[in-house]
Amino acid sequence: MAIELEGKSYETDEEGYLVNLSDWNDQLANEMAKADGAVLDENHWEVINFLRDYYEEYQIAPAVRVLTKAVGKKLGKDKGTSKYLYELFPYGPAKQACKYAGLPKPTGCV
Amino acid sequence: MASKKFLYINRRPPHGSIYAHESLEVVLIGAAFEQDVTLAFIDDGVYQLMQNQDTGGVGLKNFAPTFRALGDYDVNQIYVEQESLELRGLSKDDLIPLTYEDEDDDWAEKDSIHVVSSAELADIIEQQDVILNF
Repeated sequence: MAIELEGKSYETDEEGYLVNLSDWNDQLANEMAKADGAVLDENHWEVINFLRDYYEEYQIAPAVRVLTKAVGKKLGKDKGTSKYLYELFPYGPAKQACKYAGLPKPTGCV
Repeated sequence: MASKKFLYINRRPPHGSIYAHESLEVVLIGAAFEQDVTLAFIDDGVYQLMQNQDTGGVGLKNFAPTFRALGDYDVNQIYVEQESLELRGLSKDDLIPLTYEDEDDDWAEKDSIHVVSSAELADIIEQQDVILNF
């Protein structure tokens, strides 16, 4: 599979995750969201950027329990709840947000 | 139901086989499902925790930074065998510092790595329900 954007083709796996992490840019994230019928606002971006930083530091996409805890620590307690994150990313915060962030599917996600 | 105690024993160097990386993946998956997880590093397995690893020369992903995420996954019982370190001319200072925040102690940052003798490790192995060798 692939995403076509401005004359360029970006390879994805069968679930829509980017194959090459370095391909990522924010336009591509918006494009992926559009395909799911979503529009990314600043709250989405906060989590997406958080995930990219997390990956940069630890070389993994965190499981949802770990994501929730870490978001609470970094972005404030009111955001570190599964309710808040599921409202932003109804297909599952770790799964969906990681996809838009250009990361692989989180370890432990089946 | 009390959860079973899982021990993952890591005996191999980080690269040259898939064991070390796969072990870490399994540990993270188990921990995501809130297993009670303990890790042991013995023999060449101690090299997995070495600081300043650079895999550029072998063209493989450097997964050593992922060990630092273990604290977030509540994996904070990490035992390294003293004799294995000594045989390789290493000490705890050569290893990546791994810490966790203790929920029961006002989130104080604590050390996850414990260097133990072979005899102490035997006692730890004795306390486990499930042991997986990598």
